[in-house]
Amino acid sequence: MTTVAANGRRTAFVDNDQKPNGHGRMLRKEDPRFVRGRGRYVDDLQLPGMLHLAILRSPFAHARVLSVDTTLAEAHPKVRLVVTGAMLAEKGLAWMPTLSNDVQAVLATDKVRFQGQEVAFVVAEDRYAARDALELIDVEYEPLDPVIDVRTALAPGAPVIRDDLEGKADNHVFDWETGDAAATDEVFRRADVVVSQDIVYPRVHPAPMETCGAVADYDAVDGKLTLWSTTQAPHAHRTLYAIVAGLPEHKIRVVSPDIGGGFGNKVPIYPGYVCAIVGSLLTGKPVKWMEDRAENLISTGFARDYIMRGEIAATREGKILAVRTNVLADHGAFNGVAAPVKYPAGFFGVFTGSYDLEAAYCKMTAVYTNKAPGGVAYACSFRITEAVYLVERIVDCLAAELRMEPVELRMRNFIRPEQFPYRTKTGWVYDSGNYAPTMELAKQIAGYDELRAEQAEKRARGEIMGIGVSFFTEAVGAGPRKDMDILGLGMADGCELRVHPTGKAVVRLSVQTQGQGHETTFAQIVAEELGIPPQDIEVVHGDTDQTPFGLGTYGSRSTPVSGAAAALVARKVRDKARLIASGMLEVSVADLEWEKGSFTVAGDPNASVTIQDIAMRAHGAGDLPEGVEGGLEAQICYNPENLTYPHGAYICVVDIDPGTAKVTVRRFVAVDDCGTRINPMIIEGQVHGGLTDGVGMALMEMIAFDEDGNCLSGSLMDYLIPTALEVPDWETGFTVTPSPHHPIGAKGVGESATVGSPPAIVNAVVDALSPFGIRHADMPLTPSRVWEAMRGRPLPPI
Amino acid sequence: MTHIKVTVDGTVYEDDVEPRLLLAHYLRDRLGLTGTPIGCDTSSCGACTVDLDGATAKSCSVLAVQADGCAVTTVQGLAADGGWTPLQRAFHEQHALQCGYCTPGMIMAARDLLRENPRPTAEEVRDALEGNLCRCTGYQNIVRAVLAAAGGQDGPEPGSRAGDAPGAQATEEVRA
Repeated sequence: MTTVAANGRRTAFVDNDQKPNGHGRMLRKEDPRFVRGRGRYVDDLQLPGMLHLAILRSPFAHARVLSVDTTLAEAHPKVRLVVTGAMLAEKGLAWMPTLSNDVQAVLATDKVRFQGQEVAFVVAEDRYAARDALELIDVEYEPLDPVIDVRTALAPGAPVIRDDLEGKADNHVFDWETGDAAATDEVFRRADVVVSQDIVYPRVHPAPMETCGAVADYDAVDGKLTLWSTTQAPHAHRTLYAIVAGLPEHKIRVVSPDIGGGFGNKVPIYPGYVCAIVGSLLTGKPVKWMEDRAENLISTGFARDYIMRGEIAATREGKILAVRTNVLADHGAFNGVAAPVKYPAGFFGVFTGSYDLEAAYCKMTAVYTNKAPGGVAYACSFRITEAVYLVERIVDCLAAELRMEPVELRMRNFIRPEQFPYRTKTGWVYDSGNYAPTMELAKQIAGYDELRAEQAEKRARGEIMGIGVSFFTEAVGAGPRKDMDILGLGMADGCELRVHPTGKAVVRLSVQTQGQGHETTFAQIVAEELGIPPQDIEVVHGDTDQTPFGLGTYGSRSTPVSGAAAALVARKVRDKARLIASGMLEVSVADLEWEKGSFTVAGDPNASVTIQDIAMRAHGAGDLPEGVEGGLEAQICYNPENLTYPHGAYICVVDIDPGTAKVTVRRFVAVDDCGTRINPMIIEGQVHGGLTDGVGMALMEMIAFDEDGNCLSGSLMDYLIPTALEVPDWETGFTVTPSPHHPIGAKGVGESATVGSPPAIVNAVVDALSPFGIRHADMPLTPSRVWEAMRGRPLPPI
Repeated sequence: MTHIKVTVDGTVYEDDVEPRLLLAHYLRDRLGLTGTPIGCDTSSCGACTVDLDGATAKSCSVLAVQADGCAVTTVQGLAADGGWTPLQRAFHEQHALQCGYCTPGMIMAARDLLRENPRPTAEEVRDALEGNLCRCTGYQNIVRAVLAAAGGQDGPEPGSRAGDAPGAQATEEVRA
């Protein structure tokens, strides 16, 4: 069943008294502290005796480190500690494992491998003194030829970046393939039409408004380390620190306080966190490390950087038969991709998109370059941004080749509702979907046919207007532990629920919000199941001492995995409450009917107890039914049986100034289907944010390098993210196709808009430029790049 | 060290500070007023926006010594005793914040706009907030919030003038 609704340009009415006891529009519980400046982010923390840490970084992309002289820095009156790679090496801490079974230098020992890499650190009495002391460290480098262009990284004779790895004689990271090469080749051989296009998804950066940072506090008396840090995955971090540092896990407490945006940037463990821990261990004081914006942009997890050859095969009538792609992936100097270990290319395998194909095949090669590590970040759902961009661009190329209306071409090839669960040719089993109504609704909100008419008129007048469509299927909620783990940690998530005697409750999550509203929505999930008002449910997250183990928030996995856990733990509590109610009402459990918040004896509406009554009885005086323990609480660890596959239809309208080539996104219609909607207001906010990411990536953002490996995008003066002026009023709508395997039918949605919007915008720009003979132009479509494209010279981004 | 006397959120502080100390760090590290965050190092993001003697200033780009003799208002000084201003309430009601990191600066910039222009258009709001970056909301709900604070609690349509707010429109829901 699919529910369809349009809100278009409608501004949702705010009902101040609307307090749903469960799912529905509810104002956020976390807002009151944030609007008053009372949030508590890492850099807000001040502890007695706290020292400040600053990191010295490499000015070179590739250079041997000949010597590091710290004498002058150590003599600085406010400096307490200076640490080099050599010092860490003595303790076995100079290198740390990445999330992809590679290693990354905490501080460089042998050589530096990207500009901005960590070389030494200083701990001083204040942050100004720490920075001063960095200037006093003298490092002697021997510059080496860098590898910057990923396309030459595997050339014979290319400098070997990772000579630290035994026997490593080239810059190859891995080869990966999916699908059936032979079957795909066969389909391509007999297809009427084959279209091929080189498509680059440039390197970008999540750039959360708050950068990464940590406060480490090692207490030598009780041997316990507390680390407040900007982490999206506090439990996974704790386990890795335990493994790396040799501290027992119960003596490590990782606290993720309020996080000023994550967007995947705060999943990996960065050298700065390890440095802060080392700093605290060695000084016996709390040590704060807070990177600045430049450090964030040049050294922490980038996103994308896939060079793709897309190929599509079809009949003359527009039946898409197969998609084939070859990818060159730039992973930087260390393979730090944050993805399940069996998925080195993340979930790129869903590049078959929303279409029913006969065959598909992908071959990928990943290489090292002298750039910062990363790759999986910025709402990518483990490389689905790249997958969706590829397929939605190449489908448009096919539409152009066939002279077919792009919406029509998509509609003809959609996986049909009765085909779900649908196994793709690359092995992904889509849970549910009803694509056509979603596309129809987007067309309806946009007034699609009228837009095409307007475009024709404008073209006749010489104006440049484009309409772009994208339709995507996401894959979120990693994941089933049988094949998804992060360094051996299964991607399940825990949840604990405790109902207090007075009927108030606390729910403890293993996931960690960075603004997505978990404190509100998880209370709503429990409220829906138990009937306790969400205002009476406290949501606790981010403190490994207080919350159950789980893998954290990224890949839009909170609702699919932890949301399921929250619903199921509430049902577990409800089952126990039913037993207690049967004792209170002196009937058998079979005679009880649950209506949100209370049990009533069937046929006797006056014989009823509320969940609050039951909570008091559970903790109070009087006998409980035989075999029932006191208290009202439960815990669960949810192992999802599959991912969830939300989908969406996006339509973008752009105008291009013929004189300046500036692209303006005039309208953007986004219809999303994430199954059951827990809080429509919060979903809409997630979508707005993701669409804005899309405008950033499509038109403005790129982490660029010069040929020496200097990062040219190390500040917000160069790395441009959208302001209020670059984005339109978003027009949103939704359909509802629940996930059949999820306890409440909900799918993830946080990353959908970031995944789905770039192809819609680029398709719109290319559509606008089609009279200029342009079939493709690479992001970011800045005025200068569009200007070149208008002159028949579309530039590669790198 | 330079001696300064500065009024912050109604309280007078006297301190000896290094001339190079940024006002943002003075507020945060010395006074413990951490409601004003820092998001960049090029004066681009506006997260640290405060009111300095009646005008907005990015406190990362003002030296504490330059604030000597001035009155500074931060987001923490807008409303007393856990209350909130109409603008703060509107941000809450219009879901104009997510991670909350840009929110203090956004509220301070919006407050400045409404002081100068009590009935801005949506376009004027966007223009006024150009110096404040947000990575979560996509701005639209922030625009709604500022218009709602200007025009009453119901909130006008973005794109229309504040004040002539249309009423709520029912969500059309069709089950297929």
